[in-house]
Amino acid sequence: VSHATHPSSAAALDPAHAHGSGHDHPPFLAHHFESPKQQFEAGKLGMWLFLATEVLLFGGLFCGYSVWRGNHPELFKYGSQFLNTTLGAINTAVLITSSLTMAWAVTLAQQNKQRGMLICLVLTLGGAAGFLVIKYFEYTHKFHEGYFPGLKFYDVPPHSHTFDPAAPLAWQSGTLAPLSASTAPSLADLGLPPGVNTDAPTIAPAAIGPEGLAPEALRAIEHSHDAHQPHPLQDPARPANAHQFFNIYFMMTGLHGVHVLVGGIVILWLIVRGARGHFSSEYFTPVDLGGLYWHVVDLIWIFLFPLFYLI
Amino acid sequence: MSDQPTQHKSPHGVGHVVPPKILFATGGALLVLTVITVLAAKIDFEDMGVPELNIFVALAIAVVKASLVVLFFMHLRWDRPFNSIVLVTSVAFVALFIAFAMTDTFAYREDVRGFAQERLVSGNAEHVKTELDATAQKLGESQQHGDTPAAAGADAHGP
Repeated sequence: VSHATHPSSAAALDPAHAHGSGHDHPPFLAHHFESPKQQFEAGKLGMWLFLATEVLLFGGLFCGYSVWRGNHPELFKYGSQFLNTTLGAINTAVLITSSLTMAWAVTLAQQNKQRGMLICLVLTLGGAAGFLVIKYFEYTHKFHEGYFPGLKFYDVPPHSHTFDPAAPLAWQSGTLAPLSASTAPSLADLGLPPGVNTDAPTIAPAAIGPEGLAPEALRAIEHSHDAHQPHPLQDPARPANAHQFFNIYFMMTGLHGVHVLVGGIVILWLIVRGARGHFSSEYFTPVDLGGLYWHVVDLIWIFLFPLFYLI
Repeated sequence: MSDQPTQHKSPHGVGHVVPPKILFATGGALLVLTVITVLAAKIDFEDMGVPELNIFVALAIAVVKASLVVLFFMHLRWDRPFNSIVLVTSVAFVALFIAFAMTDTFAYREDVRGFAQERLVSGNAEHVKTELDATAQKLGESQQHGDTPAAAGADAHGP
């Protein structure tokens, strides 16, 4: 094999940069790679290393889920009733289908079928958008019902569309029953006046449930909640601290939702570059690596769906 | 990859072309498994005396689905083995984290269970009030004696 010298000085110093066929670099080949194959393999390895950090990122949250659920399985069995399994299953199917069209787009790019690749990428983007729209309706429905992430999600009366930050929270209006031993030692930290713990008359009789609730909020629930599903506050079977289920639900699905958003942006970028004819059977690395990211988004949801909606 | 035996060589020796029919078979299997996992969750194994089985069934199906995605959609079946090592290592460490965290959770499981059942059910107003008074009293005593509040809380809710 005769080695032609590369015109660039860097390559001229390095015999490894020579090309057997004697032609110039393809435009997509960075100068520090010997061949398109080496560039592709290096990019792919880099992507897999990044995906490993994604696994570890979500792994921390899955670890938290395991510990919470191990301690309080009743919260998770109870809380999952309030998630819409049908919408969750539809979203699972949407993500799986978009993963399929993404993988197909890679195959079509490798076969130099650019029009088909673009159609598949647009379908994939549609899947990302569809997932986020369904998730938006799920989230807003939950907010509407009064399920918020946070220390407790009942300080804002359900069905109230305005939140008055000046309104006293339950414990400030004196109706909070401070109840669990785990919170009792930290009542001072919560800003309760000293002595409130030992002064029995200031402690509510807890006739409205252990979380405590401002009377106006309770009235709002009684008058406005539709009857097909018992509001958690009126449900005698509700475990206290049920809001912890929604905390980890919003945290994990929220972080996943951010990934769907980022994945959608990546796919949009691939569509723009694909439409300009940047990809071919010789150079399809961005499509392949963007696809890997999109599949990981699908992978995470494959675990989130049963963990929150089903069991 | 081209240095591995494969029937789907790419025209330029870069990457591996997965035929669409394999992709469609994978996608179909994933959708079928989604239906199966939804149906399986409707069976309450707790009523049948195996309370943890629902979780294991759901997770087992999820692992199968994840494997299909990784092997076929993400090409690991044909990829360089090193990429698989990267993925398996990260998953193995997550499993290690969870397993060790859970040893602690299981060690105190009965305490937590008893604690939860005793007090953390709403609608049990009288019980809560009694507990509340007891906690407040204990807390007051412990403050007088300089004990840690946590110890008082633990005393008040032993089995």
